[in-house]
Amino acid sequence: MGSDRDSRELIDELLQLGQWGKASAMLADLWHQQPVMANAAYIVSRYERMSSELSMTPYRLALLRSFTVEPVVPLLRAAAFASGINLVVQVGDFNGYAQEILNPHSNLYQFKPDAVILAIQTRDLLPDLWYRFTELSSEEIERLIDRIRKDLSDWVKTFRCYSKAHLIIHGLEMPLRSSAGILDAQGELSQVEVLRRVNEGMRSLAREYPGVYILDYDALIALHGRLRWHDEAKWLTARLPIAADCLSHMAKEWLRFIHPLAGEVCKALVADLDNTLWGGIIGEDGMSGIQVGPEYPGAAYQSLQRALLDLYQRGIILAVCSKNNLPDAMEALEGHPGMLLRPHHFAALRINWNDKVQNLREIASELNIGVDALALLDDNPVEREWVRSQLPVAVIDLPQDPMGYAEALRNSPFFERLTLSDEDRERGRYYAEERQRTELRGGTASLEDFYRSLQMEIEIASVTPQTLTRVGQLTQKTNQFNLTTRRYTEQQIAEMTASTDWRVYSLRARDRFGDNGLVGVAIARFDGDFCEIDSFLMSCRVVGRTVETAFLGHVAAEALHRGARYLRGWYLPTKKNDLVKDFYEFHGFKVIGEREKGSLWELDLSNGWTRTPEWITCRVLEEGMTR
Amino acid sequence: MTQPILERIRRIASDLLDIPVQQVLPTSSPDTIENWDSLHHLNLVLGLEGAFDVQFSPEEIAKMQSVESIALLVQNKLSGGK
Repeated sequence: MGSDRDSRELIDELLQLGQWGKASAMLADLWHQQPVMANAAYIVSRYERMSSELSMTPYRLALLRSFTVEPVVPLLRAAAFASGINLVVQVGDFNGYAQEILNPHSNLYQFKPDAVILAIQTRDLLPDLWYRFTELSSEEIERLIDRIRKDLSDWVKTFRCYSKAHLIIHGLEMPLRSSAGILDAQGELSQVEVLRRVNEGMRSLAREYPGVYILDYDALIALHGRLRWHDEAKWLTARLPIAADCLSHMAKEWLRFIHPLAGEVCKALVADLDNTLWGGIIGEDGMSGIQVGPEYPGAAYQSLQRALLDLYQRGIILAVCSKNNLPDAMEALEGHPGMLLRPHHFAALRINWNDKVQNLREIASELNIGVDALALLDDNPVEREWVRSQLPVAVIDLPQDPMGYAEALRNSPFFERLTLSDEDRERGRYYAEERQRTELRGGTASLEDFYRSLQMEIEIASVTPQTLTRVGQLTQKTNQFNLTTRRYTEQQIAEMTASTDWRVYSLRARDRFGDNGLVGVAIARFDGDFCEIDSFLMSCRVVGRTVETAFLGHVAAEALHRGARYLRGWYLPTKKNDLVKDFYEFHGFKVIGEREKGSLWELDLSNGWTRTPEWITCRVLEEGMTR
Repeated sequence: MTQPILERIRRIASDLLDIPVQQVLPTSSPDTIENWDSLHHLNLVLGLEGAFDVQFSPEEIAKMQSVESIALLVQNKLSGGK
């Protein structure tokens, strides 16, 4: 409660200072933390003070109702404000919905709503079917069904004559307990079946008219539990059938319809990989170590993937943004037997060590959509906060427990759609194919084809006066792909190049997307039979494309050429260079010494070494070969 | 009666009746506060039920006619079981 007070005081201060954006973000935060009545009233009153200062989507909603809805309105408006929608709500007369629809001069039409919700419930609309079902004959029941179908049809037809607004009709809810008890499910005449028939009629009526939708009120109540939803005391005293702690669920459900109608939806979802799409870290735990599959704990991640596939079928574009080595991640995406999502489901992939904010910007521009049309799914609260503070991306908050991930995603209103075209259904596939056309020459999705399509060229040279500064810089600031993290000044590098025992190589890389510049340094020291790799480092922008293999291969070839038999190198672990802990092992080196500071690796050059991959064109500059 | 409960109720009433907290006194009632009509009363009841995790009976709701009497009622419910 105390911190709650403090944040309110801070918000009021910000409002006085005219810092609208910050105040708005704090109000949204307050709402997400405690979506309760008292906060709703406060949040609405503060948003109203600054609504003209913020760029929010204005939306007008009329509520026609057969029961008390007033307490839901502040909850609805607060939730809408927190999602960037300035919602103006008009509530119709109690039980006056039919008159308001039928009278062209009613308050309803004068209000000029963008959308109308017809909030009705079975006991008000069909009291005989609700209260007296067991007394009715089958003929009477049929007459009641025909009657309500005709009424509903008249209302919708009339509404369409007078208004172009969207119309959302509450479907009928089932009774807590059928009038006939368990007999209801046995006999020919079932109360539940009859109500379902009315609902079916409503759905086909809605399909006849564009812009008319059904809210499955019964499913909503069932989701939260009929007994918990209903408050008999409030119903009998105030005609409010919804319990205090379910009012916000009603508000949220209405808002789920407003989001797609007001255009406040996300077109693409960008997912993290490690500990989001699977459990564990692929770069560390490997294919056999990560968790995703039909059994616990991998099942939690599989059910999240199933939820993502549902979004994909709905036309939501999927993308990946993950800090990882590309080959590691691709191996899991392509080959892990527990994965439901495959590379062809993703329209954009940013698997690298770059900043998430930069990657999200790139994804938006690659997909040709606004950054504000992106949603982020990431298990790391720090990344979520960072992105939230930098970009207008819809960030989905995930609970601690991965078993809650799928529900958190399905609960988000940003992916709701009210219509689905054939194009929507095909959209995910179209985008993914487009990516493959762009990224993979030939169109097949194997990793090798991907490498081939990059048309990589590298250029290896001895350090020159022109490259000295950059080489020194790289040893100073490279942290992740750096085997020994030894820092050298320009002067020290110059001294090494002057000595016959040392060689300092620089690496340039380019691909068909452009020149990456000077991105790698290797320093070798020769001592008789041995060549020791003193430093081996690369900028993270080219990591994961097998360039490192080509570079190491060149060092090995030069070592043999200069009479060495063994190539050696230390891996000295730091907080940041976990990325390269398997580098030597991967390239066939054997560990020959383990110390506290790190491990020493050796390769017998007479047995050969990992060759330059055939998809990389390697050029060695002449001056690098002299001496 | 404990002060914290009265204070919390004053703040909740201030939010839900849409008036400054300074104007919510222990003696405040539907007679002294203009906004306190039947719909605001319902909002207040729902807000209190949520905030204190209690449920009021129709008889209790009818008797909630001043801030002080509400505080006493909440106090009793919290100490005497629901």
